[in-house]
Amino acid sequence: MAQHTLIALLQDRAGVLHRTVTLLRRRGFNIASLAVGRSEVPGISRMTLVVDATDASQVVMQLDRLVEVIGVTDVTNEKAVQRETALAKIVSSPTRLAELVDIVAEYGARVLDLSEEELIVQITDTPERVEEFIAMIRPEGLAELMRTGRLAMMRGRTPRKLEAPAHYRAQADGAPADEEVAA
Amino acid sequence: MPDTSSSRPTTRKSTPTATSVRDVTSTSRTGAQVMCEALLRENVSVMFGIPGGCIMPFYHAMWEYRARLRHVLCRHEQGAGHAAEGYARVTGQVGVCIGTSGPGATNLVTPIADAWMDGTPLVAITGQVPSALLGTDAFQETDITSITVPITKHNYLVTDPNDLPRVFREAFHIARTGRPGPVLIDITKDAQLARCVPNWDAPMDLPGYHPASQREHLDQHAIRAAADLLQRASRPVILAGNGVIQSGATRELRALAEQAGIPVISTLHGLGAMPHDHPLALGMPGMHGWVHVNRAIQACDVLLNVGSRFDDRVTGKASTFAPNAKIIHIDIDAAEIGKLVRTDVGIVADCKPALRSIAVAMAQGSNVARQAWMHEIIAMRDEHLPRQGYTRRDRTAPLMPHDVFDAMNTAFRNRSDWRVVTDVGQHQMWAAQLLDWSRPRTHITSGGAGTMGFSLPAAMGAAIADPEKTVWVVVGDGGFQMTNCELATIAQEGLTNLKVAVINNGYLGMVRQWQQLFEGKRYSGTPLTGPDFAKLAEAHGLRGMRVEHADDAGSTIDAAWKHNGCVVIDFRVEREANVFPIVPAGLAIGDMMMSAPTLSAASAGSRTVAPSPSTKV
Repeated sequence: MAQHTLIALLQDRAGVLHRTVTLLRRRGFNIASLAVGRSEVPGISRMTLVVDATDASQVVMQLDRLVEVIGVTDVTNEKAVQRETALAKIVSSPTRLAELVDIVAEYGARVLDLSEEELIVQITDTPERVEEFIAMIRPEGLAELMRTGRLAMMRGRTPRKLEAPAHYRAQADGAPADEEVAA
Repeated sequence: MPDTSSSRPTTRKSTPTATSVRDVTSTSRTGAQVMCEALLRENVSVMFGIPGGCIMPFYHAMWEYRARLRHVLCRHEQGAGHAAEGYARVTGQVGVCIGTSGPGATNLVTPIADAWMDGTPLVAITGQVPSALLGTDAFQETDITSITVPITKHNYLVTDPNDLPRVFREAFHIARTGRPGPVLIDITKDAQLARCVPNWDAPMDLPGYHPASQREHLDQHAIRAAADLLQRASRPVILAGNGVIQSGATRELRALAEQAGIPVISTLHGLGAMPHDHPLALGMPGMHGWVHVNRAIQACDVLLNVGSRFDDRVTGKASTFAPNAKIIHIDIDAAEIGKLVRTDVGIVADCKPALRSIAVAMAQGSNVARQAWMHEIIAMRDEHLPRQGYTRRDRTAPLMPHDVFDAMNTAFRNRSDWRVVTDVGQHQMWAAQLLDWSRPRTHITSGGAGTMGFSLPAAMGAAIADPEKTVWVVVGDGGFQMTNCELATIAQEGLTNLKVAVINNGYLGMVRQWQQLFEGKRYSGTPLTGPDFAKLAEAHGLRGMRVEHADDAGSTIDAAWKHNGCVVIDFRVEREANVFPIVPAGLAIGDMMMSAPTLSAASAGSRTVAPSPSTKV
């Protein structure tokens, strides 16, 4: 079964994540990862969803049926940039940890914390590179792993169905003025 | 101030409420009053419900609007929900039901699920505990918005009365547009009590909702492709479903069928889309479809599905459905296209403009091949006569179910002032097969959800929606006992245009039939006793009758029709009559059983696999 990466634009309302997840569970689609957060426009959230499905068109259409889902598109075969961040805690001997600092640096990972017993690193890269990195540190005493889930963004002009609605954008344009008044 | 158009001063002094002491402007309302006015703005005139603690402010306000907003007190919220469904199915408008928080709301779950499956426009209004208590497991608190997420088109939890005008507008818009369906509005008690100045100009905020009915242009490429396929077809059929009824497209359906000489098959919910005696009308397909109907589907070369969603009771094993056909699917819901059956041409549209456009794109006239095809279907029908599973024994034999339906057809003939609401089970299939359906919205039943207990309350809503027509309930003794408490509602409302035909066989008959045919006659949990239904009716102040012989069926139906009041007729039918043909679950619709196999070694206790159909056709 193939993995599909979807981007969806949602109204930021209580329960919208519940609806999305309930729908996927009910229709029998397995969620590999889900990342959701506020978009550039107040009141609108953007979501990246990775599902296991032979054919993702049903997922796309079923999600699109949700009233609060403004638009959704399958970017698996699109020119989209995809990134994931992971934090990893490695517990090892002080000597090995010292060596690991250099090794993880070669992968572009950042050291966030280093002590006598443990090392916490952050990697942000393509999903494939993150997997590769995790496989590399796993035998080194990987004690804890925390991943954000995949984030995806299409290159070039945003397709219309993934554009925030005009009245939300208008509010966003007015927002700085409000903030000035508030300040 | 209840009336938006009135300039009379408020009369609140004489009806003090918890909020009346507050200093308010002349235009301010309680949230509960805003709810009433929002309903009037949506042209609601009847609601079905039951009050309780957290919906009391709404009932308090409702009293002021009672001249224009009729409330029908039901005996169970499930009944209120089905009544609202029945009302909606007759009128095509949004039905409204009301319950309080907690159990009031959860009792609405079944009718909401039913409306979801059958695409019935419904708005369910529930009270909720005060917002300060949300999430604390307060008395009668249930998270009904979470519970109904998978069975509503959308739902709302309202805690601020200022949101009510927009929320009600959105809810009714969502319920009635696109594929219609249920929307739930849960309103906290404090939001009903609090005062606000309603902004009726508040716009809807539904950037993600684009129902197909509002799309300006049909996909002309798809219309052209559909017309070409039909034009070239030599063995085409049309499968007409609920969408044709909902869209009001029966005329367009008939026009296309006649123009091109294409036979029309009606699903359970599509019955009435074509008159039963129309030369191109074939009847119902599927698990209990007639032989020639299922065979026509399996032998056709193009199948145009208009407004039906390929339910498994229609398709049987979906991969074997219409194996030789190119499939065209018109559905208002894009997600239905290709969901269950491979589709060659999908048209996401309202049935009416889609059918009209296909007709325009097609040349006039049938062709020789299609006329031969129709003759072939008629030959199949003559070979396996539709009613061959229902043989008449001698006149003194027990009353057979089909005797009741024959008598109904006789009584209904030449009249157009009737509707039939059926429940779920054997009687539902007999009614679908045997009654002469001729007009849309005269056959109302629970299809997708298969909700036993649907019929009596739904008929109540239907009877109220259209008092000019007599509503006949056809129900089994099992389903009747699930919601017969609504007889009290019928009595209280004084409904005279409602007659109940209980097809009483002392079994949960459809399950018993499956047990007989597929499970070695182990009648586990299906024998059923009940009260004397005629006496039950009398106990409610209604009229009760009983029929035990075929000869009495017609005269009793006539007497019930003439009686100026609700009548319950207890038809004591043959206990082990079966619905035939039957396609065993999971098989192709061509694999029909025409009669019960003679199971000489039907050893009770050993679960048998489906016997090879005795008269497999």
